[in-house]
Amino acid sequence: MSTLRMFRKKPDDPGFFGKLGFYLLLILGALVSIFPFYWMFVVGTNDKGAVFHVPPLLTIGDQFFENFKRVLDKSDFFQALGNSLFVSSMVTVSVVFFCTLAGYAFAKYEFPGKNVLFVFVIATLIVPQQLGVLPTYVIMAKLHWIDSFKALIVPAMVNAFGIFWMRQYISSAVPTELIEAGRIDGGGHFRIFWRIAVPVITPAMATLGILNFMTVWNDFFWPLVVLKNKEHFTIQIALQQLFTTRDGLDYGMIMSATFTATLPLLVVFLLFSRWVIAGLTSGAIKS
Amino acid sequence: MAEPVITSPHAESKRPFLTEQRRSRFTAYTFISPFFILFSIFGLYPIFFTFYLSFYKWDALGPMKYVGFKNFELITTDPTFWISFSNTLIMGLMGTVPQVMLALLLAVLLHSGMTRFKKTFRILYFMPNITSIVAVTLVFSTLFGNNGMINWLLNGIGVESMAFNSGWWGVKIAISTMVMWRWTGYNAILFLSGLQSIPMDLYESAKIDGANRRQQLFFITLPLLKPFIIFVSLQSTIGALQLFTEPYVFLGQSGTGSTRQEGITMVTYLYSEAFRNGFFGTAAATAVLLFLVTILFSVLNMLISRGGRETGGKKA
Repeated sequence: MSTLRMFRKKPDDPGFFGKLGFYLLLILGALVSIFPFYWMFVVGTNDKGAVFHVPPLLTIGDQFFENFKRVLDKSDFFQALGNSLFVSSMVTVSVVFFCTLAGYAFAKYEFPGKNVLFVFVIATLIVPQQLGVLPTYVIMAKLHWIDSFKALIVPAMVNAFGIFWMRQYISSAVPTELIEAGRIDGGGHFRIFWRIAVPVITPAMATLGILNFMTVWNDFFWPLVVLKNKEHFTIQIALQQLFTTRDGLDYGMIMSATFTATLPLLVVFLLFSRWVIAGLTSGAIKS
Repeated sequence: MAEPVITSPHAESKRPFLTEQRRSRFTAYTFISPFFILFSIFGLYPIFFTFYLSFYKWDALGPMKYVGFKNFELITTDPTFWISFSNTLIMGLMGTVPQVMLALLLAVLLHSGMTRFKKTFRILYFMPNITSIVAVTLVFSTLFGNNGMINWLLNGIGVESMAFNSGWWGVKIAISTMVMWRWTGYNAILFLSGLQSIPMDLYESAKIDGANRRQQLFFITLPLLKPFIIFVSLQSTIGALQLFTEPYVFLGQSGTGSTRQEGITMVTYLYSEAFRNGFFGTAAATAVLLFLVTILFSVLNMLISRGGRETGGKKA
C-alpha cells in the first residue's frame, strides 16, 4: 500500500519502501530460480532417506561418492556423457559452419530468388518437430541409421534459426566494401569468407554455437525415438532410465547423477552467460 | 592477409564462360544449399508424408493399406485421445497464462531504472532454462512427492497434502509448475530486452505531462511492448501444445513405461501410438490434428492480442 502512496507523491521515485518491495520480489524470484539446483546437490550428497526428511533437509551431506557409485553400477554414466558430448559437438560444429556460410550468402550476395528463399527459411521455423517425426523415423530405418549417432547428427546439421541469426549479424558487422576489395584483389569466394568475414563475426558464431550446443545436449524426444541400445544412450536418456527402476526410487543416486550431468552445462553457461543472453534476445526481437 | 596483392592474369586475358556474376551466384547457391538439401529430406518430405500416412493403415514394416478417414475416426472415438487433448489444453493454460504475466511483472521490476545487479538477476533468472527438462522433472518429482517439500510447505500453512504424482489436478499442477519454472525467467528476459528498446524520451515527455508510474506503465510500456507480448505468448502456446518430456518422465516412473492418464498429452499419445503400439497411421493422424490445433491456437492468440487493445474496452 505504501508503494502506491509514494507513486502519487513523486511520479519518478518509488521511495524507500517501494524499492524494498521491488528488491524483495526480485530476490524471491531469483531464489526460486536457483533453489532446485541447490536441492539437487543436497539430495545427491545425502543418504537415501534425505528426500522425504521432515522437516526438509537443507544441508549438504557427505554421501556424494557413495551415491554416485550406485549410478556407475546401474548405468554407463560416463559413456552416456561422452555420447552426448560427441553428438552435441558434431552438431554444433556443423551448424555453426553451414549456418554461417548460408547467412553470409544471404547477407552479402545477390542472386535470383534470394528473398523468396530467405522467407522460406524463416517459414520453416514455425513447423512443429512432431509433424514430421514418423516419416523421419522411417527414413532412418531405411538408411539403417536407427540406434546410431548419424540419426541424431545428420538432420540437425544446419538450421533455420542459425541462418537467420548469422544473416542479421553479418549484414551489419561485415562491410561490403571489404568483400569487394577482396574480390578485386583476386581472392576466391570461400577464401574471402574464411579470411575476411569469419574473423569479424566470431562472437556471433560463438553465441550460435553455445545456444545450439545446449539445445542438442538437452534434447530428449528424438534420441528417445531413435536410440535403442544402452551403449548409445545420450545423457538425458540415461538419466531418465535411472528414474524407471522398479525397486523403489533411489533419489540420492538419481540426484547425484543429475547434478553431475548438469554441472558441465552450468559452468559453460556461467562463463558465457553474457553471450548466451545476448544471443537469445537478439534472436527473439526480429523473428 | 599478408600476401601481396596481385591480380591474377588469367582473370583478365580470357573471358571464361564463368563470368564474375555467374560465379558469385553459383557460390551463393552452394553456400545455402546444405540447408535446402537437408530440409527437403528431413523436413519437407516427412511433412507431406505425414499427411499421406494419415490416410493409411501401417505398422512401419508391412504393406500400407489405404483406409481413408478411418484413422481420424479411430482417434476421435478413442477416449484416451480426448483425455490427452483436454490435458494438453488445461496444462497449456495453467502453464502459460500465469507464466507470461509473472514474466512481465519480473521484467518491469528488473527494468525500473533503480535496479542494481541487473546483470546478476538476468543470469539467475535464465539458469532454469539451461537445465535439461529431464533434470528439471527429476528434481521436481522429489519436491512434489507425497512427503515432499511442497506438501510439507502446504501443511505448514494449514493446507492438506495433495497427491501430485497421481491425482487428476495434482499431476497437472506439478507439470505446469515445472513448465513455469523453466520458462518464466526466459520470457522475463525477452520482455526485458523489449522494455530496453522503448525510447526514454517517451517517458520524459509523459512525466512532463504529469503521468505517474502506473499511467506510464499502462499507456506507454504495455502498448509498446505488444509485439513482444504477442511473440512470447505465441511461443509459449506452441510450446505448451508440444508438451512431452515432463509428463513422460514424471509419470513414467512405474517402470511399465506407460504414461498415466492424468498427464497424458497429445504428443505422448502420438508417441505411444507409433512407437509402442506400432500404429503409424493413427499416430500420423494425431500429428495432423496437433498441427491443425497449433494453427488454430496461433491464429486465436494473434486475434486476441491484436484486437485486445482496440476493442478491449468494449469487451471488458
